[in-house]
Amino acid sequence: MKYRPLPPVARPFVLARRCLPPTAGASLTVARSVMLATLLLLALPRAHAVDEHGQLENPALQSRYESLTRELRCLVCQNESVADSDAPLAQDLRGQVQRMLVAGKSDEQILQFMTDRYGEFVRYNPPLETKTLFLWGAPFVLLLIGIVTVWRIVCRRAAMPIEDDPPAAT
Amino acid sequence: MWKFLLPIFAFIALVVFFALGLKPDRDIRALPSPLIGKTAPVFSLPDVMDPAKSVGNAPLAGQVYVLNVWGTWCIACREEHETLLALAKQNVVPILGLDWKDERDRAQAWLAQLGNPYSAVAFDDKGNVAIDWGVYGAPETYLVDKKGRVLYKHIAPMTAEVWQREFLPRIAAAQKEST
Repeated sequence: MKYRPLPPVARPFVLARRCLPPTAGASLTVARSVMLATLLLLALPRAHAVDEHGQLENPALQSRYESLTRELRCLVCQNESVADSDAPLAQDLRGQVQRMLVAGKSDEQILQFMTDRYGEFVRYNPPLETKTLFLWGAPFVLLLIGIVTVWRIVCRRAAMPIEDDPPAAT
Repeated sequence: MWKFLLPIFAFIALVVFFALGLKPDRDIRALPSPLIGKTAPVFSLPDVMDPAKSVGNAPLAGQVYVLNVWGTWCIACREEHETLLALAKQNVVPILGLDWKDERDRAQAWLAQLGNPYSAVAFDDKGNVAIDWGVYGAPETYLVDKKGRVLYKHIAPMTAEVWQREFLPRIAAAQKEST
């Protein structure tokens, strides 16, 4: 990919790593202001990448476009969606989604088009199938293990005799 | 008694999991191509040398060939260029070039200055053909068999070692097949 400067959201982290303040007091102030700035940035609604292709005229299509590009992973910067990324490939994929929407393709057809070319990885919301069973099931299995563990601890504690006084030191 | 061993087992499971994930030769950005084993998309694009001419993979049907995706903006492509020149000299299979999201004059200067390992270079400045092939970075090198199926995809600069290990055995097997 072409070299491009860091996106604005990533900058405060870099500054925080690079700036070495002279004194401990100052370092705290800098750290605090960086943290505050970061929190403020995080609190802002996620800014979308600029749409170089312009908006779609039909508002229904535009809203489908927005939700589709948010569901597609940018292959270059793998922790961003196609909607958020400024990478040239993400721009191309946004253009592709727009063209397919205008051509009257369904959401399912568009997602299938992307999956055929880039694999399941491109989808942030992979369909539930045998291959993704672990992915979808693991959180529930872990939750179940947690509930059972807590349940057993609570039951065991409940069966214990109540001691009002701490045992006397001998 | 076995209950006290549970955390140790959990720990060992985690270590195995992380060890698999942190294998030094594993490229975390490399994605398996869903195109492997499927028919390669057919394309026809303007020639990078001469916009009046067109370059595509249709004339290569019935042949084993390699498609190399590159761009003058791509440092890793410069890195692999010498290897590609050496491979072109060996003349095992034709190397078709796909100049991805590039500028024509730069691409022409690149080929004139560094040498041209390609049988022909298609100019994909819009990136539409690259989307069809599932390209997500450069360089990428695809191996296509006589029936037009994608046999292999290499994501990283081409090296003599990769060629020897991954491409040559597959090419040899594919050459034996009838069309």
